[in-house]
Amino acid sequence: MLPRPVFFARPILARAYASPSSPHALLFLDHRKGVIDPGSLSALTAASQLGGQVTGLVVGSNDHVTSVLDKAKSLKGLTSLLHSTSDVYSEPLPETISPLLEKILSGSQYTHVVSTPSSLAKSLLPRVAARLDVPAVSEITSLEHDAASNSTTFTRPIYAGNAIATVRLPSAVPIKFFTVRGTSFDAAPLEEGKEVPIQAVDPVDVSDSPTQHLSTNLAKSDRPDLSVASRVVSGGRPLKNAETFEATLYPLADVLGAAVGASRAAVDAGYADNSLQVGQTGKVVAPELYMAFGISGAIQHLAGMKDSKLIVAVNKDPDAPIFQVADVGLVADLYEVVPQLVEKLKQ
Amino acid sequence: MRPSPSRLLNILVPVKRAVDYAVKIRVNSSQTGVDLNVKHSMNPFDEIAVEEAIRLREKHSPSTISSIQAITIGPPKSIDTLRTALAMGADSAVHVELPESSSSSDAASSSSPEPLGVAKTLKAWIDKQQQKGEGGGGKPVDLVILGKQSIDDDLGQTGQMLAGLLGWGQATYASKIELDVEKKEAKVMREIDGGSEEVRVKLPMIVTTDLRLNEPRYASLPNIMKAKKKPVEKLKPSDLGVDLTPIMETLKVTEPPKRVGGGKVESVDELVEKLKEHGFTAV
Repeated sequence: MLPRPVFFARPILARAYASPSSPHALLFLDHRKGVIDPGSLSALTAASQLGGQVTGLVVGSNDHVTSVLDKAKSLKGLTSLLHSTSDVYSEPLPETISPLLEKILSGSQYTHVVSTPSSLAKSLLPRVAARLDVPAVSEITSLEHDAASNSTTFTRPIYAGNAIATVRLPSAVPIKFFTVRGTSFDAAPLEEGKEVPIQAVDPVDVSDSPTQHLSTNLAKSDRPDLSVASRVVSGGRPLKNAETFEATLYPLADVLGAAVGASRAAVDAGYADNSLQVGQTGKVVAPELYMAFGISGAIQHLAGMKDSKLIVAVNKDPDAPIFQVADVGLVADLYEVVPQLVEKLKQ
Repeated sequence: MRPSPSRLLNILVPVKRAVDYAVKIRVNSSQTGVDLNVKHSMNPFDEIAVEEAIRLREKHSPSTISSIQAITIGPPKSIDTLRTALAMGADSAVHVELPESSSSSDAASSSSPEPLGVAKTLKAWIDKQQQKGEGGGGKPVDLVILGKQSIDDDLGQTGQMLAGLLGWGQATYASKIELDVEKKEAKVMREIDGGSEEVRVKLPMIVTTDLRLNEPRYASLPNIMKAKKKPVEKLKPSDLGVDLTPIMETLKVTEPPKRVGGGKVESVDELVEKLKEHGFTAV
């Protein structure tokens, strides 16, 4: 692929190249009302693996940005922070943030743009990438940057996790966009006493935005967040209705300190909120313990949980595909099993 | 901007032919892709997109929506996917035809166009419709409804990229669409992490569909027959002046690490024991 002239040029340009070829990632630090999205911490770890500088970008209203910066400044792996503050950003929309990112990235030293695959980032990053005429790579599970050729190689699941693709963005792509699957990278820890330089960027005025935010409805939950919980108790179709779903699974989740998940069948039937859906089209989780009750184990569901450390399945059907991946299986009626489990775990 | 405020709306629905969601896929022996000699069907999220376009027309009758056009970019067999869209209720279809891969069993995922190329192709088509205008037989697009992701490459980017290229508003992961034809805007409920969000977007705009948006209909036999008579325009990427050569290099495609089940236990007591063995106790 690389033509000869590169070889000719190499001895002369080697020095000149040395600094620009050093990767510099811009990490879109997603947050909700000032609380950093845990996935952003995994994205930071991935960004650090590129082997160069990592600049975090925080966009939001004044209050939110202040509280994010307060924590972010001591994150391990970050080398600097940018922030842009405007009331317009308090309800973030791709249409209003995209121009800001374009401004930051055009003619900049950034070689990569990294983010967690949050719903905001998934809506925003491809928009920005297209405007800069570059492709984007979604939900990578590993990466390797070759500074010499300025190419980055990623692995990512395709076909609902039934195959793993190894793809490379060549040097011809000046800014490489990717999102990071949180379950594949540890969260970057805080470093005591560290404080990185912080710089403000003026917001870009988008007075004629075609899109306006009207309202947000968040499902309330006292339980750990599904995507980062170390234990997950998940239920499927046999749970009959929303009341039964709650009455059956919540006591067990509480005993274990677990988050509650659901199969698509349970979500579609209205037993559980959409935000609890585990699978290809829902959340991808990789907890220490995943307990599946009344879930048959369709490939779309397995795609969302098969990287869990210990999988426990309880199902009446001995031939349910879930048993092929479960470390511990029990063929039984979940209505008999769950109350006994609660009882015996309490002892 | 618009020629006349009373102009009826045109909806464009991009669809993709993908390996059927129920197929257990296999990586080919040369590790260049997956075995594509299997059942294909319309990407499930695109079915939802077609369904929504039809429902919007049904809801806003008498026909404030003048046309629903399906478009696909793919090999000759993608015509089947367009026929499905037509049988569901789309009026016409466009096939941007790509050459059949050299060997169908060996067709690597790398040979299918990338979201950026697809978005550029769709933009080129939309621009062309705009230029031709109503009078010239064009269908100036007001609303593009796409699936939120295709279930083969799982990238989930095309809608956002198209919105970016056109500079239009976007509403991704839509679970409810309320179109206000008079005001030329739509209120869209979007699925977001941990809940939902409502936005108002001016037309022309891009919507991508979430699973929750609707339940697609089955095409009836009479409609399948009728679909065979509906017009399908064929053209090549070069006709639109786009290059679909992938930029991303696919080095290989492999099987994911196999997970082996650990067998079954006989009772709840054994189950609890196993849990405790692994350090899981009540908190």
